Amino acid sequence: MGTKTHAIEREEVVIRFSGDSGDGMQLTGMLFSDTAALFGNDLSTFPDYPAEIRAPQGTVGGVSGFQVHLGHSEINTPGDFSDVLVAMNPAAIKANAKWIKPGGTVIYDEGNFTEKNIEKAGYEKDPIKEEKLEDYNIIAAPISSMVKEALKDFGLDPKSVLRTKNMFALGMVYWLFNRDLKYTEDYFDKKFSNKPEIAEANKVALRAGYYYAETIEALTPVYKILPADIAKGTYRNINGNTATAWGFIAAAEKAGLELFIGSYPITPATGILEELAARKDLGVKSFQAEDEIAGICTSLGASFAGDLAVTSTSGPGLALKSEAIGLAVMAELPIVIVNVQRGGPSTGLPTKTEQADLMQALYGRNGECPVVVIASSSPSDCFHFAFEAARIALEHMTPVLLLSDSYLANGTEPWRIPKMEDLPKINPPFADKTNVPFLPYKRNEENLARSWAIPGTPGLEHRIGGLEKTVKGTVSYVPENHEIMVNLRAEKVEKVVEEIPDLKVFGAGSGDVLVVGWGGSYGYLITAVRELQAEGHKVSLVNFNFINPLPKNVKDIFKKFKKIVVCELNLGQFADYLRIKHQEFTYEQINKVQGIPFTINDIKEKCIKMLEDM
Amino acid sequence: MEETLVNKYTPKDFKSDQEVRWCPGCGDHAILSSVQRALAELGISKEKIAFISGIGCSSRFPYYMDTYGFHSIHGRASAIATGVKTANPELSVWQITGDGDALAIGGNHFIHAIRRNIDINIILFNNEIYGLTKGQYSPTSTKGLVTKTSPFGTVEEPFSVGELVIGAKGKFFARTVDTNISLSTQIYTEAAKHNGTSVVEVLQNCVIFNDGIHDTVAAKEVRDDRTIILKQGQPMIFGKDNDKGLVLEGLKLKVVKLGENGITEKNLIIHDAEEPNPGIQYMLANMRYPEYPVALGVIRAVPGLTYDKSVRDQVREIKKTAKIKCMDDLLMSGSTWKVE
Repeated sequence: MGTKTHAIEREEVVIRFSGDSGDGMQLTGMLFSDTAALFGNDLSTFPDYPAEIRAPQGTVGGVSGFQVHLGHSEINTPGDFSDVLVAMNPAAIKANAKWIKPGGTVIYDEGNFTEKNIEKAGYEKDPIKEEKLEDYNIIAAPISSMVKEALKDFGLDPKSVLRTKNMFALGMVYWLFNRDLKYTEDYFDKKFSNKPEIAEANKVALRAGYYYAETIEALTPVYKILPADIAKGTYRNINGNTATAWGFIAAAEKAGLELFIGSYPITPATGILEELAARKDLGVKSFQAEDEIAGICTSLGASFAGDLAVTSTSGPGLALKSEAIGLAVMAELPIVIVNVQRGGPSTGLPTKTEQADLMQALYGRNGECPVVVIASSSPSDCFHFAFEAARIALEHMTPVLLLSDSYLANGTEPWRIPKMEDLPKINPPFADKTNVPFLPYKRNEENLARSWAIPGTPGLEHRIGGLEKTVKGTVSYVPENHEIMVNLRAEKVEKVVEEIPDLKVFGAGSGDVLVVGWGGSYGYLITAVRELQAEGHKVSLVNFNFINPLPKNVKDIFKKFKKIVVCELNLGQFADYLRIKHQEFTYEQINKVQGIPFTINDIKEKCIKMLEDM
Repeated sequence: MEETLVNKYTPKDFKSDQEVRWCPGCGDHAILSSVQRALAELGISKEKIAFISGIGCSSRFPYYMDTYGFHSIHGRASAIATGVKTANPELSVWQITGDGDALAIGGNHFIHAIRRNIDINIILFNNEIYGLTKGQYSPTSTKGLVTKTSPFGTVEEPFSVGELVIGAKGKFFARTVDTNISLSTQIYTEAAKHNGTSVVEVLQNCVIFNDGIHDTVAAKEVRDDRTIILKQGQPMIFGKDNDKGLVLEGLKLKVVKLGENGITEKNLIIHDAEEPNPGIQYMLANMRYPEYPVALGVIRAVPGLTYDKSVRDQVREIKKTAKIKCMDDLLMSGSTWKVE
């Protein structure tokens, strides 16, 4: 995969509203632009009327569009590809499909995708499929029926009711981009001051759309890294949740095991369960559990029975899974727990991103309970790290906690497709006849992993469980035995360090400031650091994927920089972790907890200030 | 699990090398020996058997069985057993649990395992008390019971296990008494043979914290008159002298005496555990002394599709016509492009 990358910041986004000329797209686009401008965005707009004002309804010729490009940077040309397409009918898809950014979001009015309209637009059956947009972020909203329902008590004629569809769609876009409804509401109050019921109907439709998007927890890919130097190969678009799911399927194939996922729906992790549920063709067993606890417990049962077992969740769900992770640590069974982080604590900001579950992942359990912790750092590398998490879990007989986040999960990027033959084979330490009598906690001397005796294998019958055991599997309250076992379990996790790659420095190996990140903030940090480097500053970056254990060469890198600054979307959890693990260094911090990622300027300004203070 | 090799094992073959640590006189000892007898009778290969438990006195059970075993965490055995069975439907999976483990902390998993009809056998030791934590009331404790956490008597209604099982769309429910080894052995065997979730409630005595709780109905001197052992296709008859029975009067069950008011065996209800409509089975499961005898035996046993089989069938069906056969196919599916 290309290593030279640049990130497009979230604020820079192109939205295209498109529909029939009668759908009010120009007004919709204008209201959105005005709201964005009031919000302080720099923007450019591009109204795109049909040539014929009265072109036939529902045809491509009759499509009217309005494109808004907003961002912090310089205005781009109107020819830009859009991140979000709002399509009020199939013809709008036809007119715009090739102008959507790969992996972008399409919101369309399901109610208007009738057989007749689909045909009129020149499609056979399914515009999304026929345009090959299935991998995109598709939000099919029943806009027509929802406005009818929302306005049923207004006594308006059906035509006037349907005329508010555009406001419903606009409400949804406001939710996606976290914009205030006030400007638009004031606009209607003024415009229809003598027709208050029309003003109210539009406002109700607007709010209905906003709340609908909130209710379905609509998300838009807002994070994107495009490789600048594109390596040869076959590419596809992929988002972080799908890549994570596929990483597990690939690992199961390489280990010769069946894949089991026990999981409970939770934003923003649900996509992993959904993708795996769809993969019956590859024999995936997906189990939608009655709760988060059953999600991990069914997986743990499947692991005991010999499957590659995974479970997926987000922060609050991870809290519920803590006790069972402890059991997995004690029973020394392989399992991968994915935590797609979102804003917390509690329900927090379910659709927003944050990196504040790090301490929970590392320490959030009773007793001395170490697990391997890995963090993905881009939508497509979720595949690689899911594969690695599964490999380590299986070969080391340990739970592995894989951290992703809301932005990685829903962000899409082009990905050079790997070949299965290039991925390593996974070799779980299965017990066999040579292990009779079977001692469940007898270990491989090298990596301290115990053997895995799969039920159904004659002669290896044994018992495991959450109580402290001797090597034989006998329950033991002997003080010294407990201490030995606690140490062995910790050492086993530490030994994973032998298999993880050295930390890589982006930029010179020594210098003034070392920017330190982990997981999903990579895209922003690398962009900021490259810009700083281009401006002549002696700044480099390291971004951690392996959190526990940490790579071996951390100290060697850290000591070659005058200042170290740890950047993360929390109050300093990784910085504190480094203070425990590498006490000899001083760590400065850049933190943000707004539910949105860093901007490049967040990082650059603070780094420049640090350089000036040196 | 229908592999039957009779006399392949004796009960002793299922004893592990672990010393049994339950209190002397605890009902669990008898349950252990009934289960070992049932397994010897069933003849399922040892390596294909897995015992899964939660937390509580009963949950130590897997350690004493020379089979695969997993002693897990409080309340979660149903979920873990579900995972084991779904991962490998070839296994005979047994869940050992108690009234606190299954009905309090594990209530959610318990009802959902039953609803899904996972092919596991759940043996629920009901002693109406928390034993391992030394004597607090449980979700099956009779209202008013004085315990350490209810020094003035509980003010809660207890669960009835059978009612809960039927309410959760359960297809197999049986009840037995810990000390009745022959009835228990027979019931465990039937539970194992039933495809789907089988729940067996065992009236179990906690000799330390709730001693004699079931004596009113289960003690040797009274049990014939205060319990009824239901037999498939047989009239519902009970009593030391086989002189009592159950009839349906209106929409309710009624105890009658044979010979009185012209009542003969022909008037009694014939037990049908296989009837899908749970109406009468529900009433039978809820019979309480002194109004009624307590029902023992297999109360409900209705065949139905199991979850684990349905999962397997669905995968098999989809695989038949699937275009994606391996990971490489999936990776290359959808829209791709080449960079030269």
